[in-house]
Amino acid sequence: MTDTTLIGWRGWLLDSAPASRRQARLGRWYRAWMAFRRNGLAMTGLAVVLALVLMALIAPLVTDPASANLQVLEDRLQPWSAQHWFGTDELGRDILVRVLFGARITLTIVALVSLIVVPIGLGIGLPAGYFGGWIDALLMRITDIFLSFPRLVLALAFAAALGPGIENAVIAISLTTWPPYARLARAETLTRRRAEFIEAAELQGASHLRILLTQIMPLCLPSVIIRLTLDMAGIILTAAGLGFLGLGAQPPAAEWGAMVSSGRQVLLDQWWVATIPGIAIFVTSLGFNLLGDGLRDVADSRSA
Amino acid sequence: MTAAAEAAHTSDGWARRFAGPIRLASRLLLSVGLTFLGLTCVTFFIGRVIPIDPVLAIVGDKASLETYNRVRIEIGLDQPIPVQYWRYLMKVLHGDFGISVITAHPVLEDLLRVFPATIELSIFSLIIGVILGIPLGVVAATHRGRWQDQVIRFVSLLGYSMPVFWLGLVGLLLFYAKLGWVEGPGRLDVAFDDIVPTVTGLITIDSLISGDDDVFWNAVSHLILPSSILGYLSLAYVARMTRSFMLGQLKQEYILATLAKGLSPFRVVWVHALGNVWVPLVTVIALTFGSLLEGAVLTETVFAWPGLGLYLKNSLFNADLSAVLGGTMVVGVCYIALNMLSDVIYPLVDPRARERR
Repeated sequence: MTDTTLIGWRGWLLDSAPASRRQARLGRWYRAWMAFRRNGLAMTGLAVVLALVLMALIAPLVTDPASANLQVLEDRLQPWSAQHWFGTDELGRDILVRVLFGARITLTIVALVSLIVVPIGLGIGLPAGYFGGWIDALLMRITDIFLSFPRLVLALAFAAALGPGIENAVIAISLTTWPPYARLARAETLTRRRAEFIEAAELQGASHLRILLTQIMPLCLPSVIIRLTLDMAGIILTAAGLGFLGLGAQPPAAEWGAMVSSGRQVLLDQWWVATIPGIAIFVTSLGFNLLGDGLRDVADSRSA
Repeated sequence: MTAAAEAAHTSDGWARRFAGPIRLASRLLLSVGLTFLGLTCVTFFIGRVIPIDPVLAIVGDKASLETYNRVRIEIGLDQPIPVQYWRYLMKVLHGDFGISVITAHPVLEDLLRVFPATIELSIFSLIIGVILGIPLGVVAATHRGRWQDQVIRFVSLLGYSMPVFWLGLVGLLLFYAKLGWVEGPGRLDVAFDDIVPTVTGLITIDSLISGDDDVFWNAVSHLILPSSILGYLSLAYVARMTRSFMLGQLKQEYILATLAKGLSPFRVVWVHALGNVWVPLVTVIALTFGSLLEGAVLTETVFAWPGLGLYLKNSLFNADLSAVLGGTMVVGVCYIALNMLSDVIYPLVDPRARERR
């Protein structure tokens, strides 16, 4: 690729008079990307998140999946060495391998929670903002009720009622995470409810459902996604907290919170067993926080 | 429009003066009531979906079918669900959360016994968070975009990202086990237990009342690490919100006017601008307090702090459902109350918020 084609691409992307809708959209993304790239902290966050995804993807390729739970009792509680970079835990399992596989569990939880929370939030927020009146009042009252619940405690009670396990941890976290999305979607819908393009769609005979799904929802998505990125850290921390209390993934699954918890017994002598999974939790949620912070700055320059 | 609104139109000064607040209060009470009903619905629902059979929990699995059925009717499980819910609600409103299986005491009694420990921890954390968080937020706002702002931003992002249970473990390892600067888990050393009479339940205050310095310093030494850790988490939030409120103020023209009149920039920032930010900050602080009560569950587990969080956790693992639901209810009610408090304070202190409604 030569410089001229690069300039050509950039020129096409940054064209002030885009010829097609696709060019306009790509150009807008490119400008946002350029603004985002200038933010060093946000780029660090992006790098951390990408590294995490990569780790989760390659974990089963570089090591045997069974090795995460492989117990070598004569090698238990080893400090770091060439063979075990992060040492081994109380059952002689390699901590590095377990941290790698823990990334898969964490990302699964985060992905599942997002898949549950965003549709619920949109499903409640969009009609509330669009129809107004008693529908709005009813839906928002329900949202407010859930919003004023203490998140971790409610998640605890749910996890306790449904029994420990990843699926139930996901349900518990989702139930306490969706309300802000409903509020956000409602607010975004309200600002667009009276827009002319909505009227145009109505005049063309589009149904309410069609207008909501094709005209309004796409406009809500950016702010929902930014909010989701900012929430990721909280979701990860809550999941790890549930795991630490023994209510998340069950042993022998390599879940970071549960790993910290099992390392507690040997904290004084073999501190790395509890510390290293904790660092993994911390770095991951920091990465998501930095990324979300940067995305918000790009989307809303007022808060910078 | 209600009677309160009509009253506002009469020439009666008293009515005009109080119509707004009364309307506000009734709306607030309605929303608080609904939220509370929602909370009881959720705890009731959890109580029913839980896989443990409440009858078996009482009679044991060796009881005859006859006994089983009698107990089932006694605790009202044969009634339709709305009736069961109504009974549950009435019990909760009378402060009856049932009997804890582990301690064999009424749950409410247990909760009242452990709650002061959590309150003490949360208050200390909040003080640390507010005393450090507000100045950091102000400095970040006045040095917007410069290195001070970046550093403070990063420090609060770190706070947002820390798993509190892990930070507690690392703190214990470093400051208690390795350096020996602070006392370890628990509220007091065993030697100091039961020396000071319980008045408020807050050991620091009780020991001050009875004038026992040794107990006081021991309690502070136990308190300092967990409350610093929780305080750091609230610092992150307080600093961040202070910064954004202050940025809003510093843009205003009155700042320029006071500067032009020759007031020192220090006074303008810390007295005039910060003075206008107090009101929204109260909301933030109330919400922070709520999240501290929550964060207590994990912190108390790590620090063996005999408060609500540890009680909840222990009940959870002994399948003590009444205790778990009672604890959830107490935290929930505190949460709702704090939300309400911030909603009430806001318009009382800030007339603009009153008119906007």
